[in-house]
Amino acid sequence: MDNLAPEIAEAAARVLTRAGATVRLPPGQTCCGQPLYKSGRHDEARELARRFLDVFAAPDPVVAPAGSCVAMVKAYPGLLAGEPARATRARAVADRTYELSQFLVDVLGVEDLGAELDGLAAYHDSCQVSRGLGLREQPRRLLARVRGLRLAEPARQRTCCGFGGTFSAQFPEVSASLTAEKAADLAATGADLLVCAEPSCLLNLRAHLEKNPPAQPLRCLHLAQVLDSGNGGRP
Amino acid sequence: MSKPSGFAARAARACADPQLQANLRAAALHFQGNQAKAFAAFPGGAAARDLARDVKDAALAELPSLLRRLEAQVAALGGTVHWAADAAEACAILVDIATEAEASTAVKGKSMVTEEIALNPALEAAGLEVYETDLAEYIIQLAGEPPSHIIAPAVHKNRRQVGELFHKRLGVEYTEDPTELTKIARTTLRRRFLRADLGITGANMVLADTGTLVLLESEGNIRMSTTAPRVHVAVVGIEKVLPGPAEASAVLRVLARSAIGMKMSTYTSFLAGPRRDHERDGARAFHLVLLDNGRSRILADPELRQVLRCLRCGACLNFCPVYEKAGGHAWDNPYCGPIGTCLAPLLGQGSGRDLPFACTGCGACAEVCPVRIDLPGVIAALRRKAAAEPGFGDPAQPGGPPLSAAAAGMFARLAGSPALFRGAATLARTLDPGLGLVSRLSPGLRAWTRTRKPPRLKTPFSTSWPALARQLKGEGGDA
Repeated sequence: MDNLAPEIAEAAARVLTRAGATVRLPPGQTCCGQPLYKSGRHDEARELARRFLDVFAAPDPVVAPAGSCVAMVKAYPGLLAGEPARATRARAVADRTYELSQFLVDVLGVEDLGAELDGLAAYHDSCQVSRGLGLREQPRRLLARVRGLRLAEPARQRTCCGFGGTFSAQFPEVSASLTAEKAADLAATGADLLVCAEPSCLLNLRAHLEKNPPAQPLRCLHLAQVLDSGNGGRP
Repeated sequence: MSKPSGFAARAARACADPQLQANLRAAALHFQGNQAKAFAAFPGGAAARDLARDVKDAALAELPSLLRRLEAQVAALGGTVHWAADAAEACAILVDIATEAEASTAVKGKSMVTEEIALNPALEAAGLEVYETDLAEYIIQLAGEPPSHIIAPAVHKNRRQVGELFHKRLGVEYTEDPTELTKIARTTLRRRFLRADLGITGANMVLADTGTLVLLESEGNIRMSTTAPRVHVAVVGIEKVLPGPAEASAVLRVLARSAIGMKMSTYTSFLAGPRRDHERDGARAFHLVLLDNGRSRILADPELRQVLRCLRCGACLNFCPVYEKAGGHAWDNPYCGPIGTCLAPLLGQGSGRDLPFACTGCGACAEVCPVRIDLPGVIAALRRKAAAEPGFGDPAQPGGPPLSAAAAGMFARLAGSPALFRGAATLARTLDPGLGLVSRLSPGLRAWTRTRKPPRLKTPFSTSWPALARQLKGEGGDA
């Protein structure tokens, strides 16, 4: 996010501010440890989990425009189960950590952010957002309030885009095939925008679409960028 | 990562086979649609899954006493119970039963557990003729191929391929009409049922209180296999035991819906013991072979125990995106799909060290599991166990994950220090902003970028944030 998609973080900060939140960026952030955890390296992931608890020690809500990072934080209590005091802290941090759309809709009760964007958007249900965190309605409710934006529901919308982090490098043929099919299903809606609440799916699908451009251009935007549009934001 | 091997190589071959891809996709759409419809029309579906999970967990918690009760009941009915610690013992027991019964031919109902113990080659080596009688099992037996799906073992073939197979192997005229193909198989199989000495099946459940086998099927061939031959042998994993009909009913409510999207399977048979004197049909002798083969070891592991709940419905395969591309044969094991990833290494039949990593983590499997097995959680535990093995991730050892122990350690050290982490990102951004160099040097990324354009490294958010924070404050946000 910091290095590959800073524009998503910037849009999220603007959107949160507009929704009435005070945004702080606790210094010293690096990585939540997800790539290590998913590679079976739990000891190394635990080191980063402990760091995360210290960086986010202040009792404020933690918001990330990234469902998979949030899902990782939700896994901390299990990961730190062997350290009872830390596990208790991890549970408290996990309980106050939210994905962006979840925080806007469920915590702040804000759905209309005054955004305007013309186009037909195909929303991709990231597995981590929709299954991992159970957030299917929240992103759609936010998108429904964007002036000028129409929503298309692609075929097989619950199917994985094939990224899976290191999976995509270890099993490139399976991953590429899933990504190509997902991109085709999204493009088949006739949409000109592909919207997703998860940066990793977005990175994967954008990388595929740039190498294999569809007949009709499909712009990839994070939900935060869509919510930031028409308000001085630059989607 | 070195040259692909194991699952990666087999999956890559499957992806390069357009016919297989079309067959797998058609099957996934068919099964997914039916399962979704069945549960949409089942308002109590969530509660029924909870109950099925609880019933299985309760039975697993008292497994030893249930098994003793079962043994006593089967014996009281006039059947014989055999205990097999592993595959070799189970096969030896079956060979002994066949020898004692002076059997020369056996018919089989579809059974995963007999695939697990590789029973057919063992019986054939002992001189028996063994015939699979489930249509799909019959097809793959003719083709000399292993099953590629838990409930639809020939799902990798379409009807044209089956037509060609029948034409070649049975000498019949080519047809791809499913009704005609079924007729051809039935004609052949009928003769075999009537001549067989031995009927071999598995069981979906076995009930301790009554000694009853519960068998689900679509074709009626299991009824034929259990009643026509003079000897019936059921081979059953010890985790299939439940107390009685109430628990069986809890399982039946979710099993067929999850497997084929129907409230009930076409045939649900309850069989208790051999034929009694006043009965007109049924086998004269009944043997129950109870198989451990690693199950006790799984039961003893609190983290993995839940995989023993599995009903073998196949729903997790039907919804798995990796299964839909790789196909069942990529698992190189009778158990494939997400549950295969969990069961294969636990039952001591490793299908390659990369298997636990052949998962995108999408969670679709857990969502449809009728007994709520946390398959992603079990896979995470198996990854942890795999990563703890010596030499794991070593580029010299094929099939490991891209993140070797050394790379993981280095990443953790970098991410442990914000200054180092930033420094590394700045270095990468300066030298290789389009990640072109990295993509060429790293085999994993090289494969990735064959079909994708790598992303660019940008000025980090943490650098631009102070200015943005000031701006947001100026705009009236109270930052």
